[in-house]
Amino acid sequence: MRVLQIIEPAYRATLEEQDDTVLWFTRAIRAAGAPADVLLCGTAVNYTVRGQDAEGFQVGGWTQQHPPAIEHDLTKLIESGARVAVLAEDLAERGIAAEAMLPGVEVLSRRSLGGLCAQYQRIWKW
Amino acid sequence: MSTLTFLLMDAPYEQARTSTAFRLIDAALRRGVGVRVFAYEGAVSLPMTSQKPHANAVHGRTLEEEAHPTPHAWVGSLIELAKSKGVSFDWVNCGLCVDDRGANDVVEGVRRGSPADFWKMNLESVNTLVIPTR
Repeated sequence: MRVLQIIEPAYRATLEEQDDTVLWFTRAIRAAGAPADVLLCGTAVNYTVRGQDAEGFQVGGWTQQHPPAIEHDLTKLIESGARVAVLAEDLAERGIAAEAMLPGVEVLSRRSLGGLCAQYQRIWKW
Repeated sequence: MSTLTFLLMDAPYEQARTSTAFRLIDAALRRGVGVRVFAYEGAVSLPMTSQKPHANAVHGRTLEEEAHPTPHAWVGSLIELAKSKGVSFDWVNCGLCVDDRGANDVVEGVRRGSPADFWKMNLESVNTLVIPTR
């Protein structure tokens, strides 16, 4: 039973959680045997940009020790065998060029969404 | 018996998605469909028993008259509905999300679990609906 996780909102509570909770969830269910892939769309396409640094969050005397590392988390997901795709139109709207992106991310046109979805038995839109 | 799985994510008193989800679950149980619920992030607070109804001066109603809804009562009511219909019902709170939020005191019958439980629920179900937060 193949699963497509479609992720749209980005950076939702990532400082509090120290990760993106849907990417985290995807890694967790993959570890439990779920053949889950990821499609990033909307603001979440920004997750594919290399060199992001979330260090420096400080509240009073409290300083974050482990800021979210989305680039690392996405890379781990790809290394585990997951397909990670992103919508070309949403990249273009945000001015994200191919050379700025993580290697291993597949760029798909919005027109290909129907065919993509047809490859999965479960599609969960987050 | 057919079974459906729902993943809920919104905290109580935030979104119409929550009451809609409860209506869907209610409808499934009334039709004899078993239900599995995985509560993720803020949704782990839905079954917390420390929620209290209150009077409402703007409405001009006392505590009793207001009969203010509490999601933990809805969860308890779904558990009772499932029993009365003889259908299965399982509510799992994401354990790490519970720890994050201190959401420990919950309705009897709610248990703690992990995304692996969600995946197992999905495999047992004819379909799974994720209702994410925004």
